[in-house]
Parts: sequence; structure tokens; C-alpha cells
Amino acid sequence: MAALSSNLLYIAFILYLVATMFFGGAIKSKKSAEKNGSNKFANLAIMITILGFMSQLGFFITRWIAAGHAPVSNLFEFTTFFGMALVGAFIAIYFIYKAPLLGLFTMPVAILIIAYAAMFPRDISPLIPALQSDWLHIHVTTAAIGEAILAISFAAGLIYLLKVVDQTKKSRSTFWLEVVMYGLISTLGFVAVSTAFSLSDYKAGFQYIDKNGQEAKVEYNLPALVGPNEGNLITKDKLEPVVSTPAIINAKKLNTVLWSLGAGLALYWLIRLMMRKRISASLKPYVKNINLDFVDEISYRSVLVGFPVFTLGALIFAMIWAQVAWTRFWGWDPKEVWALITWLFYAAFLHLRLSKGWHGEKSAWLAVIGFVIIMFNLVAVNLVISGLHSYAG
Amino acid sequence: MKKKRLIARTIILLVLVLAVGYTLYANLTKEDDSTVEIGKEAPDFVLSDREGNKHQLSDYKGKGVFLNFWATWCGPCEREMPHIDNQYKQFKDKRVEVLTVDVGESKIAVDKFVERHNLTFPVMIDEDGQVQAAYGIGQLPITFLIDEEGKVVRSYTGELTEDKVKRFMEEIKP
Amino acid sequence: MNEVKCECGHVNPHGTVICESCGKVLEDSATKRKLLDMRYEGSARRSQTYNKTLVDKIWNFFSSVKVGVTLIVVTLIASSVGTILPQEMYIPQTMTPAEYYEDQYGWFGKLYYDLGFNNLYSSWWYLLLIASIGVSLVICSLDRVVPLYRALKNQRVERHEGFLKRQRLFGLADSPDENSMRQLEENLKSKKYHIRKENGSILAEKNRFSRWGPYVNHIGLIIFLIGGMLRFVPGMYVDELLWIREGETKAIPGTDGKYYLKNNKFIMQTYDKEKDDEVFGAALDRAGTVAKNYQSNVTLYERKGTGVAGESLDLKKVKHEKIRVNQPLKMDNYALYQVDYKLDELSKMHLALQNKKTGEELGTIKVNLYNPDTHYKLKNGYSVEIKSYFPDFEFDENSKPTTKSKVPNNPAFVFKMVTPDKPEGEVSFVAIRQTIEADGDNTYKMAFKGVETKNVAALTVRKDLTLWILGLGGLIFMVGVIQGAYWNHRRLWVRFMDEKAIIAGHTNKNWYGLKRELESVFKETGIQAPVDQLESGKKG
Repeated sequence: MAALSSNLLYIAFILYLVATMFFGGAIKSKKSAEKNGSNKFANLAIMITILGFMSQLGFFITRWIAAGHAPVSNLFEFTTFFGMALVGAFIAIYFIYKAPLLGLFTMPVAILIIAYAAMFPRDISPLIPALQSDWLHIHVTTAAIGEAILAISFAAGLIYLLKVVDQTKKSRSTFWLEVVMYGLISTLGFVAVSTAFSLSDYKAGFQYIDKNGQEAKVEYNLPALVGPNEGNLITKDKLEPVVSTPAIINAKKLNTVLWSLGAGLALYWLIRLMMRKRISASLKPYVKNINLDFVDEISYRSVLVGFPVFTLGALIFAMIWAQVAWTRFWGWDPKEVWALITWLFYAAFLHLRLSKGWHGEKSAWLAVIGFVIIMFNLVAVNLVISGLHSYAG
Repeated sequence: MKKKRLIARTIILLVLVLAVGYTLYANLTKEDDSTVEIGKEAPDFVLSDREGNKHQLSDYKGKGVFLNFWATWCGPCEREMPHIDNQYKQFKDKRVEVLTVDVGESKIAVDKFVERHNLTFPVMIDEDGQVQAAYGIGQLPITFLIDEEGKVVRSYTGELTEDKVKRFMEEIKP
Repeated sequence: MNEVKCECGHVNPHGTVICESCGKVLEDSATKRKLLDMRYEGSARRSQTYNKTLVDKIWNFFSSVKVGVTLIVVTLIASSVGTILPQEMYIPQTMTPAEYYEDQYGWFGKLYYDLGFNNLYSSWWYLLLIASIGVSLVICSLDRVVPLYRALKNQRVERHEGFLKRQRLFGLADSPDENSMRQLEENLKSKKYHIRKENGSILAEKNRFSRWGPYVNHIGLIIFLIGGMLRFVPGMYVDELLWIREGETKAIPGTDGKYYLKNNKFIMQTYDKEKDDEVFGAALDRAGTVAKNYQSNVTLYERKGTGVAGESLDLKKVKHEKIRVNQPLKMDNYALYQVDYKLDELSKMHLALQNKKTGEELGTIKVNLYNPDTHYKLKNGYSVEIKSYFPDFEFDENSKPTTKSKVPNNPAFVFKMVTPDKPEGEVSFVAIRQTIEADGDNTYKMAFKGVETKNVAALTVRKDLTLWILGLGGLIFMVGVIQGAYWNHRRLWVRFMDEKAIIAGHTNKNWYGLKRELESVFKETGIQAPVDQLESGKKG
């Protein structure tokens, strides 16, 4: 069952990749026919997406059966579920708005998220006592679905910005748009580097002094650019770290982050050299036929739909579970605080839009920032700021 | 019309300010909320001392009661005990009673402690923590001053000097 | 007061932009624009009309959405600052917070502590921020909901031409015939529109209730905040910790001596590769030990009568129960949660009186470490007396033996061993793995033979009478937010003027949805559906 489960995930992953290409094709072939021109490529693309979604749903269900609990209990499981929810949300929106272009931008994000998830331990893990609650499944799944719907607004916002930002001259907008692109590419960098070194079975052990002054051991799976506090390389013929960190910093995680950013930078410049212009500039032709108000509305609508779901999952259900598992519904744990921050952010977004008339470009930037906050909560808070929510990772 | 609106606004703002003010005040003072309130009746209790005599707080109405919670492992408690004992001898005949409650240690530890310091006032052990729960005991030592009507006049957390002990006993002398 | 009388005869409050009744644009600046700003139906938001007294000024300050959003953003940033370093409640209690932050995080930690960020979420200024958001919620809502209600209630069917022309969806049709109009009405009805008619003109409207969504959700939030505030009222909230050993019966703190609890057994289970599902094998290999269950088997007692604290107990059994993580014990408004534990705390120690030279054992004593007996009689005239007992032994600064607490973490004794050959007795100090004698020439010693242990469970005692209020607030918030987000207030006007029909459509959100709906509504009526002036504007 477990084996079947992981195969289904691979199939889903490949189908998503194929679907993305077809969405690309749908845009190209659609260049003249503007709206409602449902073309063969787009139909095929959405069919493949649905197939992939079904396959991932199969992965989810079989894994649930194998584990005996809903597979949302560690970082890998949660993140893949988030990816699946994103695809699901996209499919739903696609049938309302029939916008293949949205697929061209949403699917790569979903693919990146699933690939990112796969870099974490994929074992089926048993539940510690605090997690043995139905509220866990309800809270985590609802929160993920809410975040996924909100992420659609990011994709739509990005499309809006790609079209509206003037690429003929350098500006703050072009710079930040490139930063967003670089962020996405860095995720790819992380996946590439992790995969490459895990295939070559890279292992470098260190002995070091941890922050409590105790001797401890750590195993790097990437060559150490930064070593742990007073670290001693104990595996032979591996790279000696360039610098070592103070004890309170988790050197292994910092090392991974540096590798990802570095690989991201390399990839970014490679692409830029090939394209001979900014990445957002080279994406511009894809979005030139899109109607700005239409994309703006998709972006806004996703926030409208996603916000209540997010509130329910990430705050209300979370509070109910926290009351049962941890005796109090709210404890200012970093993850809780970041859920609150996300919620406050989108509340501000809605007020700015409703009362201050922030439509169009401003709204699109907000959608992008919102997604950055969600990803920060997903990635940084789990890995860097540890707390009750720090899953095995 | 205009006036009515102003009144309505004033009332709403006042309610809001009061609510916020109360919350802030309550939040800032929440650290020292023990179950015992100053000015209120002290929770009654009954414990036996080392000789087996029962002491019930309500029996001491008409006298001031100097109630002290302590432990043998608590340094400040150990240092203040002789002061309390000295003053106990002074105030015994002035209708001030001293009751001290150990927070549930072994009898042997308490006995040795009392013998070592030659304490003469009644020492009781709150074995199952009932009295501590009733008084909301956290940090040690803590002293409650109870007047002749059984009301709590003061509570003091921390080590006492002989001077303080004396002043406290004066305070509850009927 | 400067009320504004519209040419249609309706009297509007001062500050109105669009006549509540006919929709005529009353403010000059708005007439110059191509499209109307339909927020709050162009009604007079009271806040903006009076600005005389201090009360009005404060009121107007909080009534501004700009201020509201600013408060939200400031709160958001402040909240994120609190996650940079762990809050004080999450740091180990081995040293004072001031030392901890500086020791762990250097100058930054010291700064963080000095600025009070270690307790950021209970600081007065953070509470003040949240409270200000609450105030802003109340005032903003009050200031907007009343005029909006008036405007929607007073709206007439026949709206002013200037109003209709400035709607985003707009169309002109050459007088459609009756059949077409009837068809249109039917189509609208089948889409659940309510239709009002006046002189042949039509106002079709649906989902007006969604306009109240924001105000409903604000009410929910206010109730939630009130719930949070009530937490500080004495008696509403109890948060106590109870450490209880196996076999021990203790008063449950916070219940005023009403309830007692006996811990019968504490159980900790871990996942076992052999016994548990084999799919967990790989994860267990990687993670090592993984906890499966923390459980206290307890008996709950209620105290009979109004006993005085300390008096011997008259307890009535209420129930046996197993407290697990996620499965608290509930009684009245209290709940007991499994939160912590300590395995194998020493409870009894076995020691033998031994002849140092021959190793002969002359009897064994069992010492209860919680409350040891003083005298232990052995056979043949041998006996042992405990002179001193230090449950959590250490040497103090004067190298005198002392105890750190009453918990037997490291028990130590001063024994007096009385034997027939040494009737005055020999004294020896015995701690774990060490024996100290005054002069070192004792004949006898107390030899360590073994220990008995008990597990200790930590339970949180919780009473929270505000939970239902918070729940109610949450529920109302969800209702409001769904009401406002998942439905849209849609209107369609058809007005006959000069042989023509002016058609205009409006929705508060989701224009795409309205356009699609109108397309299907106007289909087969022969009337041209109104077009989006924003879109056509761009193309033209």
C-alpha cells in the first residue's frame, strides 16, 4: 500500500509537468482567439491536470489507509497536501473563469511545492500523543485548502504584474518582480542541489559543541560551507567548512539555505544569460493577451473565497484543537502568531480594496506579499523558528 | 439632534475606554493574584502541630494571627525563623499568635529543623497541600497577617528582618 | 442642520454624495467622473460631517478605515517581532530571563529583553493595539452601517439618469416591447431577483443581505474580544498545575478544595517496531523513540460537606478515568489535562545494616522517602535511627548538607546505627554512592540495597468560562464573513425615458459573475445586455 502510494505521487508529479507544457501550448495557439475560445490544448491540459489531481488524491487516500491516520502530520505530508490543494483550487477556478494562462503560472508553483516537499523525510511516521486527534486532520487540511486558494490570488497577481510592469526601463517594480522570480528559482535550486547530493550519497559528519555546551554530532548531506560551532569534520575527504557559526545558529539549516540561494542565483543568471533580458520581461509575451480587469478579479475573488476558509482552518479549528491538546486555545507559539499575521494581512488587503479602492497593480502586489507571508510561515517558521509546530524536519 | 449624537458618542467612547482600561489594569496586576484577598476573611483551616494539638484558625478570633508558610530547604525561611521566634516570645502575652505551616515535607526533616533552631511556636505540616491550595501558595516564605476579626490585613512574600516581624506583630495586636 | 433636498423631493443627510432615493449625484466633483464611486452607496458617513468637539475628533479618528488598516498593519509588524526570539514562557527556567536572553543571544538578546519583547504579547502597548482595533471596529461599523441601511431602504425604483449612466454596466435600448420586458422579468425571477416596479421601470435586486456581512463579522470579532477581556475577571479563568505521584491523593488546585484527585498509575508508552504497524519502521529507525501515549489513571473525588482545609477528609468517589493527551478529564467547568510527567522518581530506599569487615548483613530497612520513619528496629538488639534527612541533598556554601527541595531527587541521610557491641551507636552520613563517617573507624555501615520508584504526572487544571463567548464570536464572525464573501449584492435597473430604455447593472463584487448572469438573463429577450463601461472604455 505504501509503495503504491508513493508511485501515485510520482505519476501525479509527472502529469502536472505535462499539463504545464500543454497550458503553455494553449497560450501559444490562442494568441489570436481571445476569450472563450476553448481550444484543444487547453482542454487537454485541464484533463491532464485533473488526472494528476486524481492520482495525487489516490496517493493521499492510500497513504491514509497505510498509516491509519490522515497524512498531514509531517512536513512532507503537509506540503504535498498543500500542493494538491493548490491544484484542486486551480481546477475549480479554471471551470469558473476558463483561464489557461492561470494554469501556466499555478501549476509550476504547485510542482515546486511538491518537489520541495519531497526533499524532507518521506517515511510514514507514527503520531505522537498531541497529534492523535481528529482536529489535527480537520485543522491542517482546512488551513492548507485556505492557503491554497489564497495562493491562486498570487498566481493571478503575478500575471497582472507581468503584464502591467513596464519592462523597457529599470524600476523598483521590475526589481521586486525579479526578486519574486529569484525566490521561485531558489526553491528549484534547493530541489536540484538536494537531489544531486542525495543521489551521490554525500554524507559528512561533524562533531561540535551545541548551545548547551554539550558535545553533539551532526550529519550534513550537502558539502559544508558553514560548519557548526567548534565543529570537527569526522568523515574523511569531505569539504572543510569555510566558516563556522555560533552555537545558537543551526549551522546545518543555514548551510542548506546558503546552498539553495547560491544554486538559485546560478540558475537565475544562467536563465538571464540565455534570455538576454529580465526573466519577467521574457515572460511578458505569454501574458500580453490577458485582460487586466479579468485577472484582477480572479485575484480578488480568490482572496474572498480563501479568506473565510483560511480563518476557519488556521484560526478557529486550530484554536479548538489547541484547547483540547495543549489546554489553551492560543499560546503565542510562532506558528500561531504567523497564522494571525497572515490573517491580519489579508484583512488589511480586503479593507484597502473595499474602502481605499486599491485595485489593479497595488492589489496585485498585495497578493504577492500575502503569498510570501504564507510561504514564510510554511518554510521559515517550521525550519528556523522552532516551536510546538516544528515537525520532524 | 446634534446634541443627542454627541451624548451617544460620548457614552460609547466611555464604555470602550472603561473596558480597555480595566483590561489593561487587570493584565498588569495579574502577577500578584493569590486566592487570598486583602481585607477579606482568611480561609479557615485546621492542622495539628508536632505535639498533636489541633489549631483551627477560626478559634483564634479575638487574637491577631501571624501566619507563615515555609520549608526547610528555603534559605530565607531558615534565616527569618529565629526572628519570628524571638518576637513570638515578646508578643505571646499580647494576644498575637504565631502559626507556621511547612509546605508538606517529611516529619523527620521538619522535626530536625525545629530542634536545630529551638523553635517554640506551633509548627504544622500541610501534608496534602490543602492549606497551601486555600492560600494559593507559590513562592516561599510568605507571611499573612490576620487581625482579631479573622480578616487578612497584609501578605508579605520574602525574607523578614526582626524589625519587620516586630512591626507586623504590632500591626495585628488587638 | 444642512440637510440636502434633492430635486426628487427626498431629504438627504448632510454629506450625501448620491441621493438615497433617486440616485441623483449631489456632489459636483462626482458628476465630473465617468463612473460613480458606489462604496456605501454614496451615503453620508457621519464621521465626516461633524468635527467640533474633542469627542467628535476622537470618534472621527477611529472611524477612519485608514486608521483601522494602519492599526492592523502595526499589529502585524509588532506580532512578527515577537517571533524573532522565543517568548519568555517558552524558555527554560534554569536561569533568570535577563540572563538567559543575554547568554543565548548576546547583545541582541539583551536589547530584546530590555525592550520588553520577551513578553511582547502581554505588554500594555500590544494590548492597547488590539484594543484600538476593537474600538475602531465598533466605531467604523456604527458609522457606516446606519447610512448604508438608510440608503438601501430609501432607494427608489426610478433612478436618476446621471446615476444610471455612471454605472459600470450600462446600456441603452430602443424601447423594448412588452413581451421582451415580460421575458426579462421572468428570467430575472428565475435567477431569484426581487423585482420592484414603478411606472414601468424595473429595479431587480438580490442578495442585499450580503451587504451586512462585514458588519456581522465585525460584531463577531467584538464578541470575541469581549470574551478575551472577560478572562481577566476573577473567577472566569483558572490555570493551575498539579504534580501528583502514583498513589497520592491531592486537592485539585483552583477548585477551592472541592475536588480531590488520586493518581492510580501513570503510563508512558512508546512505539515499538515489533508490535506496531510495520509501515512506521523506517520512521522509527530514523527518529529513535517516539512517544505513543501519556496517560494517568486517576480517581476523582468530591469533598463532602464544607470542610475546613486541613481537616481529615471525607471524600466521595466521583469517577475513575484515564486522562490522556487530547482526552482531558472534565468535571463541572473544570478540565484536567495531561501535560507533563516524570518517570521513576525515587519513593523508597532499601538499606542493609552491614558489618564492614565481614560483610555480614544484620537486617534491612525500607525508608519511605516522602516521609521517613525515625526508628527502625532490627532483630537481635540491632536498630537504626535517622538523625537527619535531606531529600534533595547538596552541600551549601558552608559545606553543610542541605536540601534543594522536598522532592527525593538525591536523598541523603544521617544514620545512627545501634548495635549490641556499640550501644551508644555509630553515626554515618549516607548519600547515593557515598558514605561519610566522622572519624572513619566505624564497624558498621548502611549498605545500599535497592530502590522503589514511582511515576509522577503533571496535570493542568483549567477552567475557562469565556470559551462559549469566544466560540459564539467565532461563529458569528464566520457567518458574517461568508455572508459577505460568498454572496454579492446585485442590482439591475431598467428605466424608460424618451422612448428609450436605460439599463444599468451594479454589484458590490464579482463583476464577472454579474456579467455572465445578465448575459443569460437578456438572452432571448431581444434586448441588448448592458456592457462594461470599463472594458469598452479601454478598447475605445
